[in-house]
Amino acid sequence: MCTTCGCGKGEARIEGAHEDAHADGTVHGHPHDHAAPHAHGHGSGHHDHQHGHVHEHRHAEGVVHSHPHDHSDAHGHGHGHGHHDHGHDDLHFGRGPAGAHAPGLSQARIVQIEQDILGKNDALAADNRRRFAERGIFAVNLVSSPGSGKTTLLVRTIEGLKGRYEVVVIEGDQETSHDADRIRATGSKALQVNTGKGCHLDADMVGKAVERLAPPAGSVLMIENVGNLVCPAGFDLGEAHKVVVLSVTEGEDKPLKYPDMFRRSSLMLLNKVDLLPHVEFDVAKCVESARRVNPAIRVIEVSATKGQGMADWLAWVEQGVAAASAARTESVHALRARLAELEEQVAALKSRLCG
Amino acid sequence: MHEMALAESVIQIVEATARRNAAVAVRAVWLEIGRLSHVEPEALRFAFDVVKRNGLAHGARLEIVATDGAAWCMKCSRTVALARLGDACPSCGSYQLQVSAGDEMRVKEIEID
Repeated sequence: MCTTCGCGKGEARIEGAHEDAHADGTVHGHPHDHAAPHAHGHGSGHHDHQHGHVHEHRHAEGVVHSHPHDHSDAHGHGHGHGHHDHGHDDLHFGRGPAGAHAPGLSQARIVQIEQDILGKNDALAADNRRRFAERGIFAVNLVSSPGSGKTTLLVRTIEGLKGRYEVVVIEGDQETSHDADRIRATGSKALQVNTGKGCHLDADMVGKAVERLAPPAGSVLMIENVGNLVCPAGFDLGEAHKVVVLSVTEGEDKPLKYPDMFRRSSLMLLNKVDLLPHVEFDVAKCVESARRVNPAIRVIEVSATKGQGMADWLAWVEQGVAAASAARTESVHALRARLAELEEQVAALKSRLCG
Repeated sequence: MHEMALAESVIQIVEATARRNAAVAVRAVWLEIGRLSHVEPEALRFAFDVVKRNGLAHGARLEIVATDGAAWCMKCSRTVALARLGDACPSCGSYQLQVSAGDEMRVKEIEID
């Protein structure tokens, strides 16, 4: 994010299509420094620009790689780098406000807006939710502080569900693809979304990642959000549930310190319970704190590394998958019924035309 | 700093509305931010000052109207005031509360030229 003009909110990027590219290691990010603003044509040097965006290149051999570009107007114009020449579908997250100065005078007026600030994100999340419902995909948004053990938990979850459900993973981190690499080592499909300077995933990023991942019908989509107990709370991704992971090496009063996250989560996984004999952590107090901000929150104590409580967690996931499939079957039935009804009407109209 | 992302959404809504109304400048922006929402008004002000530059709202003043929190108390079977998430019902002391107001974040209106 450019703190001078506010254009661009970071260098969010989604990994390229690595499934085929990983074999020969041809997924790569090229940081470029451009000496020009992205939107050319306005006066040079009047402010600093930083545009974060991803250029995707699809080569003849089907290799996809992405280039995050940093533009800085501070270097002046005349770089001659035709990044638009690539002509490929760019992923832009966080375009800055348009710079339009219109001269003239008129009377001041009040315009009522009454619009939710997160309305756009919520609409995109609703699109994601509809897509998940159509395919009977059970989507979970995993949130926590950094270091609570989300990725280990995910790896063990994938292993636990192996042979029954396909688990597809979206990994959100500011930088690196370490977590997605860990997931891919299990044989599951995973896509890393780097948010750059962003502190949370949003519905747009998830929608684009889902397009690329194409999770199969009846699968489980685990979205590992950026490790942060504050910002991801407000951004609906279209998930069926938020699941907050809290480890016993953290404070038991975290639900009270970060009430938004706990209020919006359906389930709290209390992780690393195998360490309880070695740490000062009052489980009852922690659960009480969580219920103070969310009386309905469910709590499962787990140890991802030692396996304790994992069966309960996996059962919770299976229930979710069953509910998603049931809802899909219902909607398929409803669509079939509607189709039959329409076909009848068409047949009736046709016979009237012919008659 | 999700306030930056929120400020960008505000600016998008404000500029789109301003353009639709053929405005030449935005003088003021009124937001309604609930006291129970996950927004720090000062951080939002800072972010707004950053993102408003070079647009129709570059000279706009930000007015934040804070709305009070309220919750439905299941024990009292009525709506009660709630100052903070995690607080108890002020009349019965129960935590069986369902937030009913004060977590909204809205762009209310703008004043344009």
